[in-house]
Amino acid sequence: MANLKLVGVEKAYGEVKVLKDIDLDIKSGELIVFVGPSGCGKSTLLRMIAGLERITGGDFTIDDVRMNEVPPSERGIAMVFQSYALYPHMTVRDNMAFALKLAKTPQSEIDAAIDKAARVLQLTPYLDRLPKALSGGQRQRVAIGRAIVRNPKVYLFDEPLSNLDAALRVATRIEIAQLKEAMPDSTMIYVTHDQVEAMTLASRIVVLAGGGIAQVGTPLELYERPENEFVAQFIGSPSMNLLSGEIVETGARTRIRLEGGGEAWSTIATEARDKGLKVNLGVRPEDLVPASEGTGLYTGEVEITEALGEVTLLYFKKDGDRQVVAKLPGIHRELRHASVTLTADPAKIHLFSNGRSLLYRDG
Amino acid sequence: MHPAIQAILTIVIGVGGCIGYFWASNLFLDKVLFPARGPEAGRNIGRANMIRPWLFLAPAMIALGLYLAYPVFATLKLSLFSKGGDTFVGFGNYAAMMGEAKFWESMRSNALWLVVVPAAATAFGLLAAQLTDRIWWGNIAKSLIFMPMAISFVGASVIWKLIYDARAADQAQIGLLNTIWMKFEGGIGSVLILQILPAIMLGVFAALMVWLLWSLIAPMARGMREGIWTRLGRILGAAITLGLALVTAGWAIGAMTADLPYGTPQTWLTIPFWNNFFLMAVLIWIQTGFAMVILSAALRGVPEDTIEAAILDGANAFQIFFKIKVPQIMGTIVVVWTTITIVVLKVFDIVRAMTNGQWGSQVLANYMYDKLFTAQDWGVGSAAAMVIMLLVTPILVWNVYSARKEMR
Ligand SMILES: Nc1ncnc2c1ncn2[C@@H]1O[C@H](COP(=O)(O)OP(=O)(O)O)[C@@H](O)[C@H]1O
Ligand SMILES: [Mg+2]
Repeated sequence: MANLKLVGVEKAYGEVKVLKDIDLDIKSGELIVFVGPSGCGKSTLLRMIAGLERITGGDFTIDDVRMNEVPPSERGIAMVFQSYALYPHMTVRDNMAFALKLAKTPQSEIDAAIDKAARVLQLTPYLDRLPKALSGGQRQRVAIGRAIVRNPKVYLFDEPLSNLDAALRVATRIEIAQLKEAMPDSTMIYVTHDQVEAMTLASRIVVLAGGGIAQVGTPLELYERPENEFVAQFIGSPSMNLLSGEIVETGARTRIRLEGGGEAWSTIATEARDKGLKVNLGVRPEDLVPASEGTGLYTGEVEITEALGEVTLLYFKKDGDRQVVAKLPGIHRELRHASVTLTADPAKIHLFSNGRSLLYRDG
Repeated sequence: MHPAIQAILTIVIGVGGCIGYFWASNLFLDKVLFPARGPEAGRNIGRANMIRPWLFLAPAMIALGLYLAYPVFATLKLSLFSKGGDTFVGFGNYAAMMGEAKFWESMRSNALWLVVVPAAATAFGLLAAQLTDRIWWGNIAKSLIFMPMAISFVGASVIWKLIYDARAADQAQIGLLNTIWMKFEGGIGSVLILQILPAIMLGVFAALMVWLLWSLIAPMARGMREGIWTRLGRILGAAITLGLALVTAGWAIGAMTADLPYGTPQTWLTIPFWNNFFLMAVLIWIQTGFAMVILSAALRGVPEDTIEAAILDGANAFQIFFKIKVPQIMGTIVVVWTTITIVVLKVFDIVRAMTNGQWGSQVLANYMYDKLFTAQDWGVGSAAAMVIMLLVTPILVWNVYSARKEMR
C-alpha cells in the first residue's frame, strides 16, 4: 500500500536540467510505466524515486511522508536493475537473504521468505548456485526474487528485460504481469523504451520527452487520444502519419483540406474562428483504408510493400521528408508501384495545431 | 673508459643486439628457410608461422635456463657437498644448519615478516585505495604513497636509518623517531599517548579478532551445511584469529604496564625482537604503494550497480566495503598478498643495510649471504638457499594460479 506523489520535481546536473516540472500522482496498486526515447531521463527519474540520485528540486512523498532526504533503504522500495546487479560472490540464496540479514530478520523468517519467492519464481533448484552458473532469464528472476523477499511497498524496474533475447523477453513480460496480478496491493514503476512492454503491462503510462512529461494516461487513452504529436508518433507501430493541411469548414464536424490535394472530415468539433487554421492531420497506418480515386485524403505511389501475413504495410513514395505508411489487412503484394488512394473514418482522425491536439484545447 | 659511457654502450649494444637478432632471424626464416614463393609458398608460410614463436621465445628460454634453471640444480648439488665443494656429505649441511641458533633466529624473523608485512602492506594499500577513491586530491595522495616503489631497497634503508638515528642525550637528535621520543617526558600526556592509546588500539584489534573468530565459528555452531574444505578453512581461520587475539591482548597489557625509559635516546635497531618491526616498516612503506595501485584498479572494477543494490538493501558504508567490495576483489587481494609474500621471503637488502642481522634480526636471505660469501661455506649457504626456495615455491605456484584465474 503506497501512494507516491511528485510535485514539481526536477533534476539538474550542474547547470543542465535533465528533468523539470515533474508532477505525478501514483496510486497504490498501480503499475506505472515510464516510456520515452533513450536519454530522456527515465532512469534518472526512477533513481530519484529510489534515492540513488539526489532530487534537486520539488517534493517527493510516499503516503504523504516527504522522502527527498530519506535514505534509500528506508523508503520501502526495492529495485530491479537492468544489469540485474546480483552480488557475484553470493549464492542465489544469499543474494536474496542479504537485505533481510542486514535488517536482522530472524533466520526462520528469512528461510520462509526465500522458499516462497523461490517457489513463485521457479528458482528452488538453483538456490545454492552462484549467479555466474545461471542463464540470463534465471538471473533476471533472482533479481526479481531479491526484491520480492523484502516485501516492499514499491517495486522499481529499470528496463529489466532489455538484456534478454526476444522469446525470453515475451515470456518474462508475462511473468511480470502475473506477478503483479498476484500482488494487487503493491505499487510498481517500470521503465522501458519499448512501447509494446509499456502497452501490455501498464495500468497507466507516463511518456517522458524533452525533460518533462508529455502525457500520462492509460495505454488506450494514449493510443486513442494522444495529447500531442510526440505521443501520437511515439505510441503505435508504425507511427502515426502526419499530413499538413488547413481547416476549411468548422462546426460539430471539421473539414480539412490537405496540401497534397486530398480532403478529410474529422469528428473533432471546431469553432468558426478556427477556419483557415494550419493543422497537422494525424492518422494511424491501421486506420487508413483504400478509397476510389478523387475522394480520399491521400493519393500516392506505393514504393515498398511488406507482407507480414495477417497485414501488409504499404510504404508510399516520400514527399519531402514525410512518408505515409498504411497497414491493410491481408496480403497485397500487387500494390507495389501502384497508385493508391486512402481515406479514413472521421472518428479516427487526429488534429494537431502547433504540436498540440485540438481535442485538449480547452482543458 | 668512463663508467657512464660504458653503461650507455652496454645499453646500445644490448638493445641493438635484441633488435638485430629478431630482425635477422625473422628475415632468415622468411627469405631463406621457408620463402613465401615458389610452388610451396602456402605451406612455407604456415611452417614459418609455426616456428616464429620459438624465435621470439628462444633468447628468454636460453637465458632463463642458464641463469635460473641451471643454478637451481647446481645449488642443490652444492648443498650436498662439503664446505669447499669436494666431498659428498649428504644432508650433513642441512643437519649442521638446523643445529645453529642463527638459522632458527632467521626462521623466526622470516615467519614474523611473513605474517606482518604482507598483511600490513595489503591492508594499508586497500585502505589507501578506498580512501583516495573519491576525493579531489586522491590522485596526489596516491602518487605520494606510490613513490617509495621507485626507491631501491638499499636507498630506502638509508632513509630509514636516518629516521632511527640516535645521538647522545645532550645533543640535538637528527633521527625523526628520537626527536619525537625525546618530546615525551613521562607526564600524563606521555602515558596517554604511548601507553593508553596503543593499549586501546591493540585491545580494539584483539576485540576485532574475537569478533572475526565468532563470525567464523557461528555458522558452524548453527549447524550450517557446507563442504569439508570450507569447514577446514573456518577452523584454520579461527585458530589464526584466536592466536592473534591472544598475542595482541598480551601486548595491550604489556603496553599498559611497561616502564618506559623516558629521556634517553633509543637506538631502535638494537632492541631485540622489536627491531624486526622497525625493519619491516621499511618494506611496508615500499609495498603499500604497490598494493594500493593494484587494489585501486580492482575496486574501480567492482560494478557500480552491485553497490547501489547494496545501498537499497540497507547496507552501510562498512558493510558495502567488507561484504560487497572486498569479496568481489578477493582474487586480486590474494594476488597482491602472495606477491608481497614472495618479496618478503627473499628480503635481504634492508636487513643487510640496516642491521646486518645483528641483535636478533637475522633473516634467511642474509643468513645465506653470510654463509656463502662471508664464511665461504658453500655447502651450508646452498642449503639455506634451498630452504628459501622450498618456502617460496608453493606461494609462487598459488600466486601464478590466482593471477591467471583473475585474468580470465
Ligand atoms: N551524472 C550525470 N551528469 C550529467 N548528465 C547526466 C548524468 N547522468 C545522466 N545524465 C544525463 O541525463 C539524461 C537522462 O539520462 P537517463 O535517465 O539515463 O536516460 P534514459 O534512462 O531515459 O535513457 C541523459 O541525457 C544523460 O546524458
Ligand atoms: Mg536508462
